Amino acid sequence: MKIPAARGPVSTALFNVLKELPGMDGAALEALHRTVAGHLPETLDIIGDDDLQLTLFCLYELHYSGLEGVGDEWEWAPELIRVRQRLEKPFEAALREAAAAAAGNLDLPAEPGVTSDAVADVLFGLAARDTGPSLSRYVARKASLGQLKEFLIHKSIYQLKEADPHTFAIPRLSGRPKAALVEIQADEYGGGRPERMHSALFARTMRGLGMEDGYGAYVDAVPAVSLAAVNLMSLFGLNRRLRGAITGHLAIYEMTSSQPNRLYGRGFRRHGFDTDVTHYFDEHVEADAVHEQIAGRDLAGGLVEAEPHLLADVLFGATAVMAVDGRLSAHIMQSWENGGTSLRQALPAAA
Amino acid sequence: MNQEPTESSIVVCPDGPLIVRGDFELVTPSGEPVPRDRKTVALCRCGASAIKPYCDGTHKMIKFRTEPPSD
Repeated sequence: MKIPAARGPVSTALFNVLKELPGMDGAALEALHRTVAGHLPETLDIIGDDDLQLTLFCLYELHYSGLEGVGDEWEWAPELIRVRQRLEKPFEAALREAAAAAAGNLDLPAEPGVTSDAVADVLFGLAARDTGPSLSRYVARKASLGQLKEFLIHKSIYQLKEADPHTFAIPRLSGRPKAALVEIQADEYGGGRPERMHSALFARTMRGLGMEDGYGAYVDAVPAVSLAAVNLMSLFGLNRRLRGAITGHLAIYEMTSSQPNRLYGRGFRRHGFDTDVTHYFDEHVEADAVHEQIAGRDLAGGLVEAEPHLLADVLFGATAVMAVDGRLSAHIMQSWENGGTSLRQALPAAA
Repeated sequence: MNQEPTESSIVVCPDGPLIVRGDFELVTPSGEPVPRDRKTVALCRCGASAIKPYCDGTHKMIKFRTEPPSD
């Protein structure tokens, strides 16, 4: 993707570094480290911090498909890994705090000897009580065409690389949870048919609304919390120690997907769009009813059976999604109910 | 290619669908194939799915309960 517009001193300093090749510009790197050190203590809410979330997003992007005009060598440059870790630490702490608040009082199965079905039960129980503002019902019944586009823009940050963060976890697992993740991912990636990849289906939906479908095309438009929702997956996927969290994340994602996708599809049909546009949502109604069972029982449950100490992180991953996605949904709903835009700038009315 | 015959299995999910995995055909009573887009499928067991024979997660909304498996 293109390098986005900077949102503050830290992202500005990062983009100054990325203009050069690794090893070339010590001064820009020093400036970046200085800026991070100066900015971090002032950050009260890192999940909602535009500058820091964009910086993390671009640092993570070096591990996915990269940034246009930026040398691939930067991916493993120790100085940038160090910056990423300095940002990840307070980000993870904020996520743990938000996740604990979202979890509330949890009835946990008694260790040791937690079965995979017991893990799935806890996760299904969490998913069932996720009673945030219902964005899906609003999309089904009320959203205007402009709001549908805004909705796609928020989702596009992840959905155009759908499944990729969880793929990082595959070599960190073995046996039953690994086979489960591969089975889910194979389906996410279209079962060998590129046009059926979920990211490709989402791109088709965007084109159907006359929108740009290139990865990252709308990064400049979305607020920090939309980036945080994707950054947390990268954090969980790229850190082996958080392998429990990435499985909990995927499980809760799948468990809270079938019914909302049915409602999203209804919203787009209400505006006269046909299956070309709604196929993405229709596909997820069916696929995620399969995936939620595999992700809850074999992936997250199987991992906890193999490594019982990871139960807490599985639940952290699950409740972190609920907290951050709940915050994003609340932001979108509040913006719309106030007659405004949920984006950083309103979309042009044309098209 | 895989020389072994593929094993098939049906996973009976508590309070949920039947997950069918492996080598199988899904057909109507007259033998026509039921449209199928994935290798592993979840078949509706609660009767409330809007996309039968497949599961769409509705069992969770209607609080569908299966008998606990006897051991």
